[in-house]
Amino acid sequence: MFVGWRDLRFAKGRFALMGTVIVLITLLVGLLSGLTAGLGRQNVSAITGLPADRIAFDVPSAGQSLSYSGTTVTESQWRRWSAVDGVTSAEPLGITTTRATSGDRSAGVSVFGVRPGSALAPDGARTRDGSVVLSTGAADGLGLHSGGTLTLAGRKLHVTAVAGDASFSHTPVIWTSLDTWRAAAPTAAAAPGGPTASVIALRTTGGVDTKAADLAAGTRTVTKGDSLSAIGSYTSENGSLQLMRGFLFAISALVIGAFFTVWTIQRRGDVAVLKALGASTASLLRDALGQAVVLLTAGTLIGTAGAAAVGAALAGTAVPFLVTPTTVVLPAAVIILLGACGAALAIRRITSVDPLTALGSAR
Amino acid sequence: MSLNLTGVTLIYPDGDSRLTALDDVTLDVPPSTLTAVVGPSGSGKSSLLAVAATLITPGTGTVSIDATDTTGMSRRELTDLRRRKIGMVFQQPNLLPSLTALEQLQVVAVLDGRSPAAALPRARELLDAVGLAGEAGRRPHQLSGGQRQRVNIARALMNDPTVLLVDEPTSALDHERGRAVVDLIVRLTRLRGTATVLVTHDTTHLAAADRIAEVRDGRIGHHTGIERAS
Ligand SMILES: Nc1ncnc2c1ncn2[C@@H]1O[C@H](COP(=O)(O)OP(=O)(O)OP(=O)(O)O)[C@@H](O)[C@H]1O
Ligand SMILES: [Mg+2]
Repeated sequence: MFVGWRDLRFAKGRFALMGTVIVLITLLVGLLSGLTAGLGRQNVSAITGLPADRIAFDVPSAGQSLSYSGTTVTESQWRRWSAVDGVTSAEPLGITTTRATSGDRSAGVSVFGVRPGSALAPDGARTRDGSVVLSTGAADGLGLHSGGTLTLAGRKLHVTAVAGDASFSHTPVIWTSLDTWRAAAPTAAAAPGGPTASVIALRTTGGVDTKAADLAAGTRTVTKGDSLSAIGSYTSENGSLQLMRGFLFAISALVIGAFFTVWTIQRRGDVAVLKALGASTASLLRDALGQAVVLLTAGTLIGTAGAAAVGAALAGTAVPFLVTPTTVVLPAAVIILLGACGAALAIRRITSVDPLTALGSAR
Repeated sequence: MSLNLTGVTLIYPDGDSRLTALDDVTLDVPPSTLTAVVGPSGSGKSSLLAVAATLITPGTGTVSIDATDTTGMSRRELTDLRRRKIGMVFQQPNLLPSLTALEQLQVVAVLDGRSPAAALPRARELLDAVGLAGEAGRRPHQLSGGQRQRVNIARALMNDPTVLLVDEPTSALDHERGRAVVDLIVRLTRLRGTATVLVTHDTTHLAAADRIAEVRDGRIGHHTGIERAS
């Protein structure tokens, strides 16, 4: 890196320009990642936070895919699941998205109905009929504390606790009993065959035969992670954000590749001289790649710090933005890696420089 | 400690035909001597230098440096040889724009895996030898043409070469400065004991040479002044 470092300092302007581009792209990728994660969490955190590893849905009608909305399971289905070998718990879970009001405030909420005392709710013991446990989001949205009351589908309900920040399909979650949920959920009310819920949350041990149990119970079981795609907008929303991020990664690699292509072409004369002086091609490649990595690392560090700062500033606001190592450090690492690949492809042309060209009068 | 070219022939493909740039050239350069290579444009002087520098492998014939035959050496071996045994003064100074005069010399040691700090005393000594001790911290754009050419010469000596190859070092300089540069090369040849080849078309420099080899159409026409009266 003897020459690489000195080039960095000598051609300050050019490298600063390229560095700025890297900073901005990293910042953009960081912001997009934080937003994707934040929006994703708003969409799925109630499900990912469930103490369950598989979700059983009623078999959808032909041509339909699994969906958390408009699906019901019956009591006999979850009883069957409870009896299956390797299932530690099978808990019915009712889900519906509706509006709740409290005084003159009203908010969209996802009502999660569980059996009283169920481990699914953060404070399950308090989800009795006629009372609710609010997530912090719901409590904030409705301006309620523990002890307050809210109206849901015409019924006055008592707030027994505020716990967790679960959110589903971009609305905060309200935990209540299955019976209270049923009253609020239009699909559940009329279904025949006894008490119903939307899905069954399963806790299983390794040896469970889900295929056989699905057949017997008339359900379709997927892992909790796979069930996320059954949440309304999640797949398309997440997909388009990830696509943007992917494009930014590709753009950064291409821009860096283009920059180092021009830079390497400009340096051909210097490279020829160094080769004539006895520099091995490997050492020249190392020097040039090291230079690219220094530039990339410095740029991504600044950009990542910027994204993290924005994230910190947005904390506690309505903007769904999540700063975690995965949303901030991972994209930075990807940019460094892809950028280094782009640079490596550009720098590769050092190999073809003929030291003989250092001899002539015209360089 | 010498350079020997024996029966060297170099043919360039030239469109459909072939161009014989060097034709059965034999040249021996003993240590501590300077051989001036002269000849008209296109006669093959630079080609001769490139072959001696191991930058081109001749079609036939051998190039020996320090009594070691270089034919059949791999590219890597040739690179190592260039780094350790050959000093080159390019026609253009070919300095690296981002390096100071001192660093232009240190980089030669770095290429050989030594630390720049360890190379510092020698680099300073050589800069002093070419009269640039005071310009050590300057970059090429802060040096005059003559100063750049002197850095070029000091750099060529940095690896303590056996063979010093110099291609028209004065073409970018006025006569007086050109003279000073040639004098410097002669002095350093004696001091460092290098086998020096100096390509030049300026006949006024010939007086300083121990031998003169005239190249014409790729052939060494006649060696003159083989034992120059000194
Ligand atoms: N890479 C090459 N490919 C084909 N022909 C070449 C190449 N290099 C040189 N030649 C030809 O070989 C001949 C000798 O060239 P060379 O450069 O060695 O001459 P020179 O004596 O150094 O000339 P000058 O005084 O103009 O520098 C010339 O006819 C030149 O055109
Ligand atoms: Mg020439």
